[in-house]
Amino acid sequence: MEAFFNFLHENLLLIYLLAFSILLGIEVISKVPAVLHTPLMSGANAIHGVVLVGAIIVLFNARMDDYLSLGLGFVAVVFGTLNVVGGFAVTDRMLEMFKKKKK
Amino acid sequence: MIATHFLDLLYLLGGLSFVLGLKMLSHPDTARRGNILAAIGMALAVAGTLFFHPSADTFSEEERQMKLILLYSALAVGGFIGWRAAYKVKMTSMPQMVSLFNGLGGGCAALLAVAELKLQFDHSGHPEAAGLILVLFTLFFGSVSLTGSLLAFAKLEDLVKDSAITLPRHTIFNLGLLAIILGLIGYTVWGAGHAGMTWGLILFAVALVYGFSFVAPIGGADMPVVISVLNSCTGLTAAAAGIIYDNLVMLVGGILVGASGSILTVLMCKAMNRSLANVLVGSFGGTVSGAAKGPGDQTVKEISLTDSAVLLNYSASVVIVPGYGLAVAQAQKICKELDTLLEANGVDVKYAVHPVAGRMPGHMNVLLAEADVPYTKLYDLEEANDFIKKADVAIIIGANDVVNPAALDDASSPIYGMPVLEVWEAKNVIVMKRSMKSGYAGIDNPLFYHARTKMLFGDAKDTLQKLVAEVKAL
Repeated sequence: MEAFFNFLHENLLLIYLLAFSILLGIEVISKVPAVLHTPLMSGANAIHGVVLVGAIIVLFNARMDDYLSLGLGFVAVVFGTLNVVGGFAVTDRMLEMFKKKKK
Repeated sequence: MIATHFLDLLYLLGGLSFVLGLKMLSHPDTARRGNILAAIGMALAVAGTLFFHPSADTFSEEERQMKLILLYSALAVGGFIGWRAAYKVKMTSMPQMVSLFNGLGGGCAALLAVAELKLQFDHSGHPEAAGLILVLFTLFFGSVSLTGSLLAFAKLEDLVKDSAITLPRHTIFNLGLLAIILGLIGYTVWGAGHAGMTWGLILFAVALVYGFSFVAPIGGADMPVVISVLNSCTGLTAAAAGIIYDNLVMLVGGILVGASGSILTVLMCKAMNRSLANVLVGSFGGTVSGAAKGPGDQTVKEISLTDSAVLLNYSASVVIVPGYGLAVAQAQKICKELDTLLEANGVDVKYAVHPVAGRMPGHMNVLLAEADVPYTKLYDLEEANDFIKKADVAIIIGANDVVNPAALDDASSPIYGMPVLEVWEAKNVIVMKRSMKSGYAGIDNPLFYHARTKMLFGDAKDTLQKLVAEVKAL
């Protein structure tokens, strides 16, 4: 029990942040029309591409003689970039169509 | 030090742009700007990491240059392919593209976790439990998202058949795998000691298999829900990675997607009137279960092109029910042409769009928007069912499961309980279809044998073109 309270105390801000982000995510999405489900999913898909930031850090942290980690980081950055760029571009293409017919 | 503070600011802006962007994405008027806003926030976060991340201070100028070159080339390769793919993909293939990008995001997280695992074991030999659990969590969900999404992609592209990859007792097999995975996580953290790296890699392999096996038995019609689930999975891995690196923009972005993805999943399930558990454990998947009540001696009535043209042209109101068949045949534009022609002759034309028409909620709306159909003419399920009753003709183009009356009155049907468009309430029903083959869910449709239904066989695009010509000739 004491360990739990210690953990809570040490990570209090983080836990608040987690809880609020979850609520925010739910709140932001809950009133979306069905028309936008696909673009929204696609947009959210692009946003989680933020793991790319982590991949960059991995590559930074790898030692220069550690080819395995460098390689992993490199491929991870490629994948992450694909997720981000492809995700946003595909979403934009979908949404472009919604705009066109609104004169 | 100042550089780090500046990076904090960029991350803050990035995180805020994600929240605002997502909010704007949920409204039609602001959606496009919302997407661009989130993209700008992402660019800030990525560029900030490249130039100002504190870890870059710890190594020599030469090493820094080397790593930046590596990073630039990786960004260039990924960016180029991603951009090309996004602009080359056909609108009908959008769902599988989203799935593919999602899988790559998961792959990114999984590889990151492997590298981090190696780093932790290289450094201390025995990392502390909490940190290690986070890494393994990221590894697991990232891997599942990777192989799961790739399989979803392959299924939507019709590259694999459901039945070919489903085992007899697949659910039990999956639960077994899951138990093994939990055991592996436990052993890697508490039991393996210095050998933890090896066990982590075994976990990686099993998780990859699990991702594949998790999606394998789920039927094609449920793929959107699965993609949405995997999407939130990747969100969670991004958040977990955010905690590992003490990186707030990753944490906020990941959690937002995790939470909103879960809600979106629930909304999609609601549109199909199924529970998430039902979709994931699968009551109808690769197995064709609805064949029990076969058509037997029932016959279908065919209608000629000329008769169809006359019927449509001299009606007061026509309801078009577009389905995936329309999209596959790339017939949206010609469909719009028919619509314009009929409108010019004084026919009131409306579109009834089922929530899961196409392959994903909202997918059909995107496809029709591409063909310049004004969205004021698109009606959702409830509104459509109101005016279908008064319509003279309901014309169904390449849709099947969403107009299946069995969903309402046949409790043995796999889609029983799903709200459908009650097209048989219209005075006349024309079903345009390639053949008598069953729909995506693989079940028979009593609508085709209904007294008011007439079948117009042929490829959607081809038939619509001929139909337009006939109407013009009248």
